[in-house]
Amino acid sequence: MFESILPALLTFAGLLAGLSLMLIVAERLLVNYGVCKLDINAGEKVLEVDGGQTLLSALYEEKVFIPSACGGRGTCGHCKVTILEGGGPVLPTELPLLTRAERRAGVRLACQVKVRSDIRMRVPEELLNVKMFAATVACKRSLTYDIKEIRFRLDDPAEISHRPGQYVQIQAPSPDGPVFRAYSISSPVYEKNVVELIVRLVPGGIGSTYLHNLEEGEEVIFTGPYGEFRLDENPDTEIICVGGGCGMAPMKNIIHSLYSQSPDRKCRLFFGCRTTDDVFYLDEFRALSAEHPNFSVVYALSDPLREGEQWDGETGFIHLSVDKHLEPGVKRQAFLCGPPLMIEAVKQVLESKGLQPEDIFYDKF
Amino acid sequence: METSPLLILFAAIFTNNILLASFLGMCSFLACSQQIETAIGLGAAVTFVMTCTSVINYLIYYGILVEGAPLVAADLTFMSFIVFIAVIAAFVQFVEMFIERFSPKLYYALGIFLPLITVNCAILGASLFMVIRSYTLGQSLGFGFGGGIGWALAIVLMAGLRKKMNYSNVPAPFRGVAIIMVVTGVMAMVFMGFVGMVQIQ
Repeated sequence: MFESILPALLTFAGLLAGLSLMLIVAERLLVNYGVCKLDINAGEKVLEVDGGQTLLSALYEEKVFIPSACGGRGTCGHCKVTILEGGGPVLPTELPLLTRAERRAGVRLACQVKVRSDIRMRVPEELLNVKMFAATVACKRSLTYDIKEIRFRLDDPAEISHRPGQYVQIQAPSPDGPVFRAYSISSPVYEKNVVELIVRLVPGGIGSTYLHNLEEGEEVIFTGPYGEFRLDENPDTEIICVGGGCGMAPMKNIIHSLYSQSPDRKCRLFFGCRTTDDVFYLDEFRALSAEHPNFSVVYALSDPLREGEQWDGETGFIHLSVDKHLEPGVKRQAFLCGPPLMIEAVKQVLESKGLQPEDIFYDKF
Repeated sequence: METSPLLILFAAIFTNNILLASFLGMCSFLACSQQIETAIGLGAAVTFVMTCTSVINYLIYYGILVEGAPLVAADLTFMSFIVFIAVIAAFVQFVEMFIERFSPKLYYALGIFLPLITVNCAILGASLFMVIRSYTLGQSLGFGFGGGIGWALAIVLMAGLRKKMNYSNVPAPFRGVAIIMVVTGVMAMVFMGFVGMVQIQ
């Protein structure tokens, strides 16, 4: 019996090796697309990349960082670019994430398009300014039982210029290779060498687990800044910030950046969470409110108070507080960050107070 | 008297059609028979794979696996299943690369069904029939090629029939795969009319 195991193993191994060799040779000869030219924004940026890879990885190699949350698996839909020529037919994996209007306009998912020939494409101007940063953890502190504030000192490049409310994509390790997870920048825009994040630990979440386990002095990689939030420079516009759960990061950035430039701007912060255990930054914001009379802070707890729990603020869901405090008809701009349900509810309230959809900014992640 | 490979080829297309008589290779047949163009493309791919893998597997079986074979003396026929599958899988990978390079349109049209040819039981079936019926090299070539053509013929016929059925009034419970299976059964009965023309078993 043993006499046939060895020849059997050797034969099978030999056959598989032979077949694999054949396939490698065939791949070298057949799947060779040469060098392809990527023409971005009508000649603004022309890249030469190796064909055969996805458009997303080709762009990343050339330091054009298109946002991506799922690591190229075609599930997040963040990597949309407009392809004018050379992208091939739309793949079935892209269809669920493209609207009909997008399909007609030639919008594609960069992680699904394979570079086989020269491509002419359009990428939002802002994305061409996105850079990859290497940074070190400067300090980490706990704000609540599951939320941590993490400050990164930028190493290379040493400075970041961003607008209030923008986010970065942190590269986190995962069993399938590095993935990117988006987090809003909570440090104000005038702190150029620092990026601070507020991260809530999501059980089983790849990004939050990685960030919560970081030690001081560890290095991280992230790309950014991304995001469409845009502060109205008009001094008469009232700024409304509504955050839920851990959606405080962009608010902190917006409020501090705003008041460093225009100390008299009218601004209201609404923050909704469940219990007093989830409350953070309340004292800091109350102090800010004493310095800037035009700044008002409302925190609301949605869970009923427990035995012995002290709370002198409001209760109920945050959109009800927004409804209560805002008079209709005032010129405003709103920035929302929190769970999708909260955003929908607050949007409706704001629209009933006269805000236009283009004045409401939100990130639903 | 040895049966001529040409006779076997003819029989594999009509009297012993691998899909309609032996009922092998049904899943791609049911899934890819909507458009005639796709059906022709898939049929061609399956024919190519079936012909080549029949020959390669013949060479491997009689050159390596049988007892006293020129390359390895021991009896390794117990490995024939996995070896055949490995060869088929590698070959389909090769075909996929080939099609992706030279006909991206066909590649996109076939989509996931191209790699699914690997598990198409008709392909493995052709190799196993070759072993069971102790075909020679020429007969294996004829059988592989004929089997592929027969499968292609069946799927193209079905694509044409489905195109016509788009305008028929199919009762609601039968729409979709159900009516296809009924039609396949009828087609099989039709091909039984060829039985007796040629005997290859």
